[in-house]
Amino acid sequence: MSTAQVFAELAYWQQTGIRLGAGLAAVLAVAGALVYLHLFKAVSFMQSRLGPMEAGPYGSLQLLAEIGKHLQKEDIFPRKADKFVFGAAPFVVLASTFLLVVVVPAGPDAWFVNSELGIYLGLAVSSVSVLGILMAGWGSSNKYSLLGGLRATGQLIAYELPLILAVVGVVIQAGTMNMADIVYAQANGEIFGLGVVGNPYILTQGVAFIIFLIAMQAELAQAPFDMPVAESELVTGYMTEYSGMRFLLFFIGEFATAGVFAAVASVLFLGGWYIPGIDPGADIMNLLGPLVMLVKIVGLTFLVFWTRFTMPRFREDQLQRLAWKFLIPIALANIVVTGILKVTF
Amino acid sequence: MSLLAALSADADLYVAQNVFFAVIAVSMIYSAVRVVTTGNVVHAALWLVVVLAGVAAQFILLGSEFVAVTQVLVYIGAVVVLFLFGVMLTRASLGDDESVGDEKRGMAAVVGVLLFAVMAIALIDSFEDGRLVIETPQSVNAVSDAIFSQYIVAFEAVSVLLLAALIGAIVVARKD
Repeated sequence: MSTAQVFAELAYWQQTGIRLGAGLAAVLAVAGALVYLHLFKAVSFMQSRLGPMEAGPYGSLQLLAEIGKHLQKEDIFPRKADKFVFGAAPFVVLASTFLLVVVVPAGPDAWFVNSELGIYLGLAVSSVSVLGILMAGWGSSNKYSLLGGLRATGQLIAYELPLILAVVGVVIQAGTMNMADIVYAQANGEIFGLGVVGNPYILTQGVAFIIFLIAMQAELAQAPFDMPVAESELVTGYMTEYSGMRFLLFFIGEFATAGVFAAVASVLFLGGWYIPGIDPGADIMNLLGPLVMLVKIVGLTFLVFWTRFTMPRFREDQLQRLAWKFLIPIALANIVVTGILKVTF
Repeated sequence: MSLLAALSADADLYVAQNVFFAVIAVSMIYSAVRVVTTGNVVHAALWLVVVLAGVAAQFILLGSEFVAVTQVLVYIGAVVVLFLFGVMLTRASLGDDESVGDEKRGMAAVVGVLLFAVMAIALIDSFEDGRLVIETPQSVNAVSDAIFSQYIVAFEAVSVLLLAALIGAIVVARKD
């Protein structure tokens, strides 16, 4: 009996429960792995140090210690803060991340929502996080926070456009917005008659892939695009007034969003869960698929954090110019070329 | 047979949809009232988010996923964010805003009632007692086929209008 048949026999609430648990695990476990692998270890080796070594083997339990520390801290509200808006902001940001992960498939039956809107739904819900950042910046009643929130909004609006336009090229080539169908289109594709590795769209949509990665870096507000949280001038911007659990939520949100965006990028450009030589619809892919996705996520986020710890910060005007004068025109040209090639071939 | 089963046996009645429609509609009305009665501009914009999210939810109940997602992307993700961005950039006072005055409320109420009357008459006039049958969920392909064949002229006209607005904004904003 195939996995799909087993799954179909479960009641609706059982399926929903499984998907909910898997979604929580997919966001939180991946975020934890990224913090440990990249923030604690990779950057430490780049800086010729060991990083955390005390808690657990090779410091692997350091993250749990950090979470325990944050949960014990007092949840401070500034006296003049707008209590509700201030308190709700981190939840809005985190909710947007959890809603984004539902569109990512990790196997033929290992999906959360198999909507034909797919990536369009994902981009729509990811745009809601801006609202949470504005709420945090304004609700804190702190001019540094407000400036950070405004900078973040200006940046996220500017880089959302190249992000969406880069995706359009992939959607045109695949002929569908459904994430699973995009994976199948890549697995069954051919380049110049060669179909050994399928056609991962990084090969034909390389320009879109680079634009997507740059825009992703900016959407995550990682250096060189960390103007909104610039610690040396804005004391971490919209997060300044947050402490304890609410700061932890922002912190989790940052790394979880990095993982989820990397997952979206690996589905769109790196062939998703597909392994050359194995039928992407085979049952075994429900087990292997999540592992393949995890490898791709860790690889792509390594690029994100490598850049983050290497590049100096952009100035605000450089940042806006890069988006509006370079990325958007290139992405539009990419769409036109993709459209013409799609019609001719 | 329970009452619920008896109701849903009637193919024209969609019990779950109707219940959720009522829940969402009531919360939308409450939020819409708060948009115009709250004393703070930022709070008004945030209440507007709830109203617009309710609209998206109603579209999903009608089986129009594409329109619902577009509603979220355009209205919540862009329009309200730009509202908030503009308000916070210019005057972001916490607490009640004195410039939100009472003197214009009467006029606004008149306009609101008139608009409601026009829309209510138009809706009642065109649907009368007809019962709406919820069709199968609308596919993206059907929407795009309709836009780019049947409604191509309207689509192009709207595009040109938006382009004109965009150029107009640049002309107004330019200093030289």
